[in-house]
Amino acid sequence: MGDVTHSMTLDASEQGFATTRVDALLGWARKYSLFSYPFVTACCGMEFMALTSPRFDVARFGAEAPRFSPRQADLLWVVGTISQRQGPVLKRIYEQMMEPKWVFAFGTCASSGGFYDNYTTVPGIDKIIPVDVYIPGCPPRPEAVLDGLMLLQDKIARNERRPGVVKPRFDPAHSADDLVHLRRSAGDPRELLPAMKEEEAKADRIASGGTS
Amino acid sequence: MSQAVLDKLKERFGTAILETHAFFGDETAVIEPSQWKSVCAFLREDPALDFDMPVDLCAVDYPSRTPRLEVVLHLYSVPLGHRIRLKARVGDEDANDAELDSITSIWPGMNWLERETWDMSGVRFRGHPDLRRILMYPEFEGHPLQKTYPADRTQPLVAYRTEGEAGMSLNKLEPFGADEGMPFGRNPLPRAKES
Repeated sequence: MGDVTHSMTLDASEQGFATTRVDALLGWARKYSLFSYPFVTACCGMEFMALTSPRFDVARFGAEAPRFSPRQADLLWVVGTISQRQGPVLKRIYEQMMEPKWVFAFGTCASSGGFYDNYTTVPGIDKIIPVDVYIPGCPPRPEAVLDGLMLLQDKIARNERRPGVVKPRFDPAHSADDLVHLRRSAGDPRELLPAMKEEEAKADRIASGGTS
Repeated sequence: MSQAVLDKLKERFGTAILETHAFFGDETAVIEPSQWKSVCAFLREDPALDFDMPVDLCAVDYPSRTPRLEVVLHLYSVPLGHRIRLKARVGDEDANDAELDSITSIWPGMNWLERETWDMSGVRFRGHPDLRRILMYPEFEGHPLQKTYPADRTQPLVAYRTEGEAGMSLNKLEPFGADEGMPFGRNPLPRAKES
């Protein structure tokens, strides 16, 4: 299906011509009608429920319809830890899905095994099936999952099959300014910053042997 | 609290009670393995003891000891409100031949716990009605909670993908590191004997 790469002209309205490529048109159509198969095994499932609830509303992206048969789904959500015993089940579910199909590794355990580095856990579902988008987090916030969904839509539109990872939006410990933001205090948190810096300098002076 | 239980056991079984101790009110008796079932039956049936609730059964691997495995059983009496912990030491220095009588005929609920202890630690229970693995799959080799089971040994049921069939590098992408999971070093087990 994705082999057609040359431009072609479609008959359009009387106002003119719509010039596109068939695969781009198909990608555009597919990315807004993802039928999901949730393969939920562990605690990440709670965050998946939050994602599908009205507050985050995955329906805005056209991926709200779950299909509990893999034969009717084209987006496999692997949500949670996959044990070695579950490996054959997951592979069989994946093989039952129709092309074109995409896979989400939802959370750290599905992406890499997480901290379950032991005899019983698959160290990332990509050991068994191909993955399109990895969503790190333990569990990931629904915003991160929506980022992943938009990343997948972008990949579908560009017919791109290389895997992608959702990047963190910002690192809370990146700078002292951000740390001040995190402090829940009355008034403008930025006012705390000079006082903090003074305290740090004072501690440095004491540590280096001087007097305060 | 249940020192009376220990006294009664020692009075009834004598030298089959290898040792006893009490730690913060938790009374423990180490039983001669051949007397395991009769001690359990006595604890269940004697009206002054009446241990009707088996709380847990597991095994601990002490790689420097012989016998190597220690089976631990916790009992509780709901009507009398006292507890006791029983232990039995089984297996040679390689944890082979670890055998103990099944107590499913005394407490039917011990069925799955004995299967788990067999699966995880490799203690075989004589007379168990259905001693199969319960957590791991039948193809699994070894007993993962024995200290000699290598910490990084996995036994996948599905062959892992290779870079050849995937047509791309299978290295983990950022932020997942190459050695995902725990960063501790995997050192071989020291086998120093306790003197």
